[in-house]
Parts: sequence; structure tokens; C-alpha cells
Amino acid sequence: MQSVAFYNKLSDFRFISVVFFPLTGMPKGASQQSLAFLHYNTPLKKMSFVVPNLVEIRDLHFAYGERSILSGLQMDFPRGKVVAVMGGSGSGKTTVLRLIGGQLRPSAGTVNVDGQIVHALDTKQLYQMRRKMGMLFQHGALFTDLTAFENVAFPLREHTDLNEELIRTLVLMKLQAVGLRNAAQLKPGEISGGMGRRVALARAIALDPELIMYDEPFAGLDPISMGVTANLIRNLNDALGSTSILVSHDVKECFAIADYVYFLSSGKIVAHGTPAEMAVSTHPYVKQFVNAEADGPVPFHYPGKSLADDLGLHAGAGR
Amino acid sequence: MIARFLGAVGAWLRRSVQDLGFAVRSFFIIIASSGGLWRRPRLVIEQLFFIGNRSLVITAVSGLFVGMVLGLQGYYTLTTYGAEQSLGLLVALSLTRELGPVVTALLFAGRAGTSLTAEIGLMKAGEQLSAMEMMAVNPVERVLAPRFWAGVIAMPILGAIFTAVGIIGSYLVGVVLIGVDEGSFWSQMQSGVDVWKEVGNGTLKSLVFGIAVTFIALFQGYQAQPTPEDVSGATTRTVVISSLMVWWLDFMMTALMFSK
Repeated sequence: MQSVAFYNKLSDFRFISVVFFPLTGMPKGASQQSLAFLHYNTPLKKMSFVVPNLVEIRDLHFAYGERSILSGLQMDFPRGKVVAVMGGSGSGKTTVLRLIGGQLRPSAGTVNVDGQIVHALDTKQLYQMRRKMGMLFQHGALFTDLTAFENVAFPLREHTDLNEELIRTLVLMKLQAVGLRNAAQLKPGEISGGMGRRVALARAIALDPELIMYDEPFAGLDPISMGVTANLIRNLNDALGSTSILVSHDVKECFAIADYVYFLSSGKIVAHGTPAEMAVSTHPYVKQFVNAEADGPVPFHYPGKSLADDLGLHAGAGR
Repeated sequence: MIARFLGAVGAWLRRSVQDLGFAVRSFFIIIASSGGLWRRPRLVIEQLFFIGNRSLVITAVSGLFVGMVLGLQGYYTLTTYGAEQSLGLLVALSLTRELGPVVTALLFAGRAGTSLTAEIGLMKAGEQLSAMEMMAVNPVERVLAPRFWAGVIAMPILGAIFTAVGIIGSYLVGVVLIGVDEGSFWSQMQSGVDVWKEVGNGTLKSLVFGIAVTFIALFQGYQAQPTPEDVSGATTRTVVISSLMVWWLDFMMTALMFSK
């Protein structure tokens, strides 16, 4: 019987067998050893002691000073699933990701990642925990002074002692997975925004994280890149056996790939369910959001004085 | 009226103390995060190239001209007393004690400090520092600490280069052009400039300025709001604050070092 540690060791390399080889075909002259390696690398069964939810959010409140951003969130992100967090701009979606990543401290409540309360960790433990996470930032956040290759190599160089040859292999495999192996030597300024996002995705998965967080992965992409990115997110999640949190306002793509959807409005969860349930939901917010209706619970106008007051149309009545 | 005035003064005072405390804490955090650099000296060496090597030309050229002007002005003044043989001493003392460290520090703030602030500020604006945090890489260790130590190492070297080139400049003007006696130019310098008192103290000044200017530049960049106007504001603040800091530190150190 193999020990848990043995499986964990192997699981570091799941990516190689599951994503890379199906895309490229087996490399020529693959040795007997590597075939044996692949044999061990069939998708792993979850250990019975593992908690079912990788991330659990309980009664989470967050405020910037006086301004309340999130109030009383309860969310579960089960292992191996793609969960979408949807909502309009300014609804607090990105804040949720930053709270999970420990970049912000909640005013109240807890975020539990893999059995650990995030904001109770000290700096060292927090950085330890972040090694299990990958995050795709809205604008990619690539290091502009490094090539695509070096960007993807960055986490490998920082966290492993792998030799140059292995790093090269791993980086090229990640870039292959996002279709940009031949752009490896280009700098972020030399590739389009959509391609930059894909390089950032390759960097986010460089260490095969258990949890991948996507902040608006579809924003500003053309329809083709959008479809490609959506499929990539789903395939990577399944191939790596990781858990994905998808923050987006793109209904079509999210519903296509997510297992579960939370709707966030003004810092509260207004609805949640599977995409199929949400598509037929009669909840007024969900209905307005999914069908992109101008009229509904979300007002078009920023709250304040009415137009008539602002133009002084009621002035005569007061005199 | 008075209450409001006192309140404003109090608020200002409290904010200043709080900011100062925060800056001092950040300073020690950078120092404390520097341990890993022993394992990866390459990070410091890279920055030493960017910060030090790229400031070399401006420092050397400025040193040359300051030395030349000093030689000329010194000669005009000294001839009225018939003491032009002391030109070498005069120039060497002013350069090692004051002009070398101070002018280099001001140039360093303008050349390297601003680029540090802008670089860190823009890295922050582009979420690169956030991304680093999420990759479990501490940006203070990976970005700030190497730049800090590179600045601290580069500044005394640049100061020494400035001084040396300045002396050559005054030699060119005083001895080669005007014809001051070469023997007394060098021998008076040699007998009047003490290794510890002048060169040592000058280097110490450079080191302190290096610490101050580099830290201010990094701190301003790291604290900048990720917007174009605040990054540009932070760059300006780097120059203003570090220049004032250099003058103030220079006065304090001169008072301590050269009191009779």
C-alpha cells in the first residue's frame, strides 16, 4: 500500500500526464520508466479524511473604513469543482478573492482554506498556504520586465530547486497548455491582452495549485479568446484535480463551465445554485442579471437626489 | 476658533508621529527581511548594476565639473592671500568632507531614487506586487530588500568616485591649465587629509545618505496609491524629502564629526 506522502509526491506531477501528453501525444522515445510513471499517475482517489470543501466562508463581513463591502457571506467551494461568483461591478466579488488569499483581513467572520482559518495565520504560515493557491489577476499582472517564459518560470525558481532543464520543460509544458509555447521569448508588451492573460494563467498554474482563483478572466477578451479561456479553465481544473473560483460577470461563459454559481449584490449573496437552476430562476436580481435587463432591482442611476430636484423643477411649489 | 486651531495642530502632530512610526517600522521590516539575500546574492548584484552602474556617468561627470569649478574658484580666492599652493588641500577637504557625499546623494536621489520609486509604484499599480504575494513570494523580501542593499552599497562607492574625479578635475584646472605648483598641490593634500577623519567620515556620510535616500525612495514607491497621479507625486516626494533629509543629516553629522 502506498503512503499518502507517496501520492502527494506523485500528484505534484499530475499535470505532466494529464494535460501535456494528451495535447502533444506521447513524446518519441518515451522510456519504459516514463510509461510506468504515467501508469501511477491515473487520477487520484480522494482520501477519506479530506474535508469536502476546500474553501468555506462563514458569516464574513468586510468594510473599507466606514464603507461596508461584504456583509454576512456564507459560501462553500467544494473540492474539484468550478464555482462561479457573479455580480455587477462593485458588488464585492474581487474582495472575496482577496480575503481568501489573505491579502485583506475580514471585519468579522472566517475564511477557511483547507482546514486553516486564513486570517489567523502568521505571515510565514500565510505564505505557506498561498503556495497551494494560484491566482489569475484581472489584467494579468505579468512582470513587464520579464519574458513570457521567465514569467511562468518565476514561481518555479522562487519555490523549487529544480535545475534549469527541468524548469524549461515545465515552463514549456504550461505554455503549451495555454497555446503560447512559441511566444515564450516575447515580453508582455509584445503580445495582446488576451495572450497576456493566458501567459498569466500558465504562471498561476505553474506549481499545480490546489485552488485556482480567476478574477474576471473573460473581461476584455474577444469571443474566440473567451471561448478558449473558458474551456481552458474547465480542462485545467479537471486535469489538475484542483478547485476553481471564477469571479466574473460573463453569464454565458460562466454558466457553460461552472458547477455552481453564487450571485453577489451589494456585498450579499442574493441567490445561489447550479447554472441550470439559475438560468430559470425567478429571483428578480438573477433574472435581471442573466437576461441583461435594464430594469429591475439594480437601479441604473446612482442613488441620490431625483432629477426633478436637481433641476429645481419643484422650486415653485415651495414659494 | 482656538479650540479648532489646537485641534488641527494636534491632528497634524498625531498624523506626523504615526507616519514616522510607520516609516520606522517599515525600515526595520526591510532589514529583517534581508536574511534571504545571503542565499541569493544575485538579486542584490542585479540591482547594484541597475542602481549603481547606471548612475556612474552622471556622478563622474558632475564630479569632474564640480572639481574644475572648485579649482578655479579656489585659485581666485587663494591668490589674493598668496596661498595658491594650498589649492590641493582646499579642494580635497571640501570634496571628501562635504561635496562628495552631499552632491552625490542629491544626484543619487534624482537619478536612482526616482527610478526606484516609479518602478515600485508602477509594479504596484500593475498588481505585480499583489501577484507576487499570491505566488507566496514576499515582495518586501524579493523586491524591496535587494534594492535597498544595492542602494546602500552603491552610494559610498559613487561618493568616492565623485570625490576622486573631482580632485582630478581641480588638478586639470589648477595645475595643468593655470600652473599651480604640482608638488605642493599633492603634498599639501597628502599631509592635510587624514584617512579616518576626512575619508572615513566622508564615507560614513555617504553610507548614511545611501540608507536614507534608498529607503525614502522605496517607501514612497511602496506606499503610493496605484494611480498615475500618486505615482508621479511619490516620485516628486522622493526627491524633495530625500534632499531635505540629506541636508539635515549632513548638518547633524558635520556637527558631530568635525567639532574641535
